[in-house]
Amino acid sequence: MEKPVIATTSLAGCFGCHMSLLDIDERILELIELVDFNKSPINDIKTFTRECDIGLIEGGCCLDENVHVLEDFRKHCRILVSVGECAIMGGLPAMRNGIPIRECLEEAYLNGPTVRYTNNEKIMPNDEELPIMLDRVYPCHEVVKIDYFLPGCPPRADLIWNALTALINNREMDLPYEVFKFD
Amino acid sequence: MEQQLASILDKYQHNPLRLMDILIDIQESAGYISEEAVGYIAPELNISRADVEQTRSFYHFFSKKPTGKYSIFLNTSVTAYMMRRNAVARTFEQEAGIPFNSVTRDGLIGLFDTSCIGMSDQEPAAIINGKIFPNLTPFRVKELIRDIRAGKSMEELVVEGYGDGENSNEDIRAVVNNNIRKIGPVLDPRYKPGEVIWDILPKLTPEQVIEEVKNSNIRGRGGAGFPTGMKWELCRKAKADEKYIICNADEGEPGTFKDRVILTERPKLLLEGMVIAAYATGATRGILYVRHEYKYLKTYLENLIQGAHERNLMGNDIAGIKGFNFDVRIQFGAGSYVCGEESALIESAEGKRGEPRDKPPFPVESGYLGKPTVVNNVETFCSAVKVLLNGGEWYRSFGTEDSTGTKVLSISGDCRYPGIYEVEWGFSVNDICEMAGAEDIQGVQVGGPSGSLVGPGDFDRTLCFADLSTGGSLIMFNYSRDLLQDVVLNFTNFFIEESCGSCSTCRIMPVLLRDKLKKILDARGVKKDMDDILAWAEVLKASRCGLGQTASNPIISSIRNFKHLYEQKIRRGTEYDTGFDLNMAMQDGMAATGRFPVTQS
Amino acid sequence: MSKQITFTIDGETCKAEEGTYILDAARKNNKYIPTLCNLEGIPPKGACRMCTVKINGKLVTSCTTRVTDGMQIESEDPGLDDLRKSILEMLFVEGNHLCPSCEKSGSCELQALAYRYRMTVPRYPFFFPRRNIDSTHPKIIKDHNRCILCKRCIRAIKDQNGKSIFAFLNRGHHTKIYVDPDLADKLTDELADRAVEICPVGAIMKRGDGFKDPIGERKYDKQPIGSELEQQL
Repeated sequence: MEKPVIATTSLAGCFGCHMSLLDIDERILELIELVDFNKSPINDIKTFTRECDIGLIEGGCCLDENVHVLEDFRKHCRILVSVGECAIMGGLPAMRNGIPIRECLEEAYLNGPTVRYTNNEKIMPNDEELPIMLDRVYPCHEVVKIDYFLPGCPPRADLIWNALTALINNREMDLPYEVFKFD
Repeated sequence: MEQQLASILDKYQHNPLRLMDILIDIQESAGYISEEAVGYIAPELNISRADVEQTRSFYHFFSKKPTGKYSIFLNTSVTAYMMRRNAVARTFEQEAGIPFNSVTRDGLIGLFDTSCIGMSDQEPAAIINGKIFPNLTPFRVKELIRDIRAGKSMEELVVEGYGDGENSNEDIRAVVNNNIRKIGPVLDPRYKPGEVIWDILPKLTPEQVIEEVKNSNIRGRGGAGFPTGMKWELCRKAKADEKYIICNADEGEPGTFKDRVILTERPKLLLEGMVIAAYATGATRGILYVRHEYKYLKTYLENLIQGAHERNLMGNDIAGIKGFNFDVRIQFGAGSYVCGEESALIESAEGKRGEPRDKPPFPVESGYLGKPTVVNNVETFCSAVKVLLNGGEWYRSFGTEDSTGTKVLSISGDCRYPGIYEVEWGFSVNDICEMAGAEDIQGVQVGGPSGSLVGPGDFDRTLCFADLSTGGSLIMFNYSRDLLQDVVLNFTNFFIEESCGSCSTCRIMPVLLRDKLKKILDARGVKKDMDDILAWAEVLKASRCGLGQTASNPIISSIRNFKHLYEQKIRRGTEYDTGFDLNMAMQDGMAATGRFPVTQS
Repeated sequence: MSKQITFTIDGETCKAEEGTYILDAARKNNKYIPTLCNLEGIPPKGACRMCTVKINGKLVTSCTTRVTDGMQIESEDPGLDDLRKSILEMLFVEGNHLCPSCEKSGSCELQALAYRYRMTVPRYPFFFPRRNIDSTHPKIIKDHNRCILCKRCIRAIKDQNGKSIFAFLNRGHHTKIYVDPDLADKLTDELADRAVEICPVGAIMKRGDGFKDPIGERKYDKQPIGSELEQQL
């Protein structure tokens, strides 16, 4: 039987959730036996080369590029999982939500104490190569359909392990209390 | 300023229970309630600034900032929009040169939105400095703004002439029309004020009065339908040194305006009903709680109460009955729908935020100031007078078995004869449409936004407590109306605007439902969104009061009765749509950065 | 002593003094009914609706309804569980609840209830309202992002003259807590500590205080909220 294929990505996240995935310690050897990885920063595969069973998404959507990646994941993965608070509710990047993006950009590039006297030409970065900031940070499920959610900042390694093995073996996740946290 | 505040405080004996009146007077004399005013009156009333702020910030007609020498409040009710409110509002904005919810730079004109003001039969209508200006057109708006700019007085702004009946009374002088289309036994003008008090009350014990009211089977006319006789009896039996009779004239349900007509044309009947209730329950004090929108009736009503005192219909030893003392004061609201809920009304009359209380205890046990209190609708008191005059049995000869007597209906919308109709309970929706000259009707909103939107399939249903229960608001919509966009969305926004915010459920859920509805109207809805609405709305059943519990009625009843309208809007061929729109989401960011290097000056 | 009466919660017989509120009576019988706004010893104000139970098929808040003899109370069934969970989810989307950066995380009652009800994600879209952090007062910081408008501070914190320090401002979904600037200036340390303690979330914080308990030793790190009652069974 072919092994299930996993893809992972970090959108507007800090890679902490990926770190937490690595925190499963020696079980990573077991995981390698159980699954194959496709597009993922773990193996540095940049584009999908096949259809995947499970996509793990870290981070919410803060840029148009995040949306494109997320939509690509939705297209190529049978099951999508929002991993961590940023994917689930925007997380710390979403602290800017509620403040108009223009105000945020002006604070960051024009008016903030570190740029006020140095950015004399009042330049706002706007190269065409740069992705475009969205009006707010969107939780992943407010952009595409997400099938499962693993809370935590980051989700505890045990929770990720518990959920992954459940998905792989097609049994219900049991989300134990001690590792079910939002922080 | 301090002098003026001091005299207002003196007028109400520095009594914090009269905070509503104090704030109303400050708002009226200064045009707003400043931080300084709040800071001044709080210690004078021996309460904290927080206590003043919580009441001040609750009511729509209290403002922290100046509202203009001429403050114009244009009604946002559904009937106003049906009668071309958009064009009127646009003209106001163009002529005044400002958008709504702002004041001209010279402080002359303020433009504001406001929920239904009880003029649904003469829309669009605005309140300017407390005076009503109904039947507005763009032409009339231009005249008004021109005259305001020319420095004309409020009296000089009126060019329409005063309305029918008592609207022309020198104590009222309002450009409002009664539009009474059908008179029944309760509104019957052949009525001698004080007759029941003088001729009948002295012959009956309070218990006998209650017995007669119970015998009539009359139920509360505000909409909830609690048996009036039982309410009076419960209050009678409650032991207390003081009891209160409160008349609920806060009619805020969009589409209802019958109490306004009764207050104008049959106020003596109403006051007589309150006196009878006082006699029956042993109450010595009464409060007539009138919505702020009807403040133009203030002098008129005050003089009537004064007149009642002079004729011994109020005051001490009323009608010669030894020890029967009763006095009524008028309490105005300040713009809040939820104050129509009896316990919220009581809170408001105590000078507080109009937040409904947890029940039990009910007001008959613990009401105004914790004393046993009967709160009845205007129409209930009026009907009680006729019950005593003609007997409970006579009253029961009208209406149906479970809904005896008559109901005064407020009919508006797409019909030739909007206005007031007193009919027996048991009329069908079809009868009502025919009576009011409504043809080609797509739907009727029965009982206002908190009632239900019914379609032609239900037009043979009847108005009564067992079937279509109603406080009397009926709004007709013909086939030219977009029910979801024009009606359901408007009503849902109304509930959002008027929630007191105290319960989590009613504060949050209507916003979520409105956003779902908008998603459907924006053609991004899928079948799941309809299912979500039905499932999500369930949580509102856990709300404390009727407003919260019925806040989803516009959406739920329209999904039930006009499912096809939703089905026309929802997307086919897809089961899932988050509603996310990348292009929209990028617009602000693109505008802020631009596509080429921008140098800001 | 007042009369002892008997009633049932989910079919189990309980006893209480007549006139006790259902929520308190349940506590005395080691039955946990979730709440976010109730505080023992402070008059109730059914604000959060979390403690909703069913009596004769009717929904009532158990913090404001008194038990009567023979009363049959339903508190745990799939319908009520979902009702409570949906209220929690509404509160999560209404404010900006960024648990990872909150000092109260781990000891927060809103979060603890979300754990208890295994809320992974609210079913509703987030509002992301624009709210501010009010740090103008000498003793306390009021973070409006985290406030769930339970009214505990309004009801429980009064100055020595019985005057309100906290109050509701505005109405509907614009409602927020107002902090009386004059009285907050004179707030004693005791009262400030009390305000922080009773706030179910991290909306009232003490200046210069925070992250005192390490992760793993906070109130709800190991045991679900309510389990302290249930374990006594």
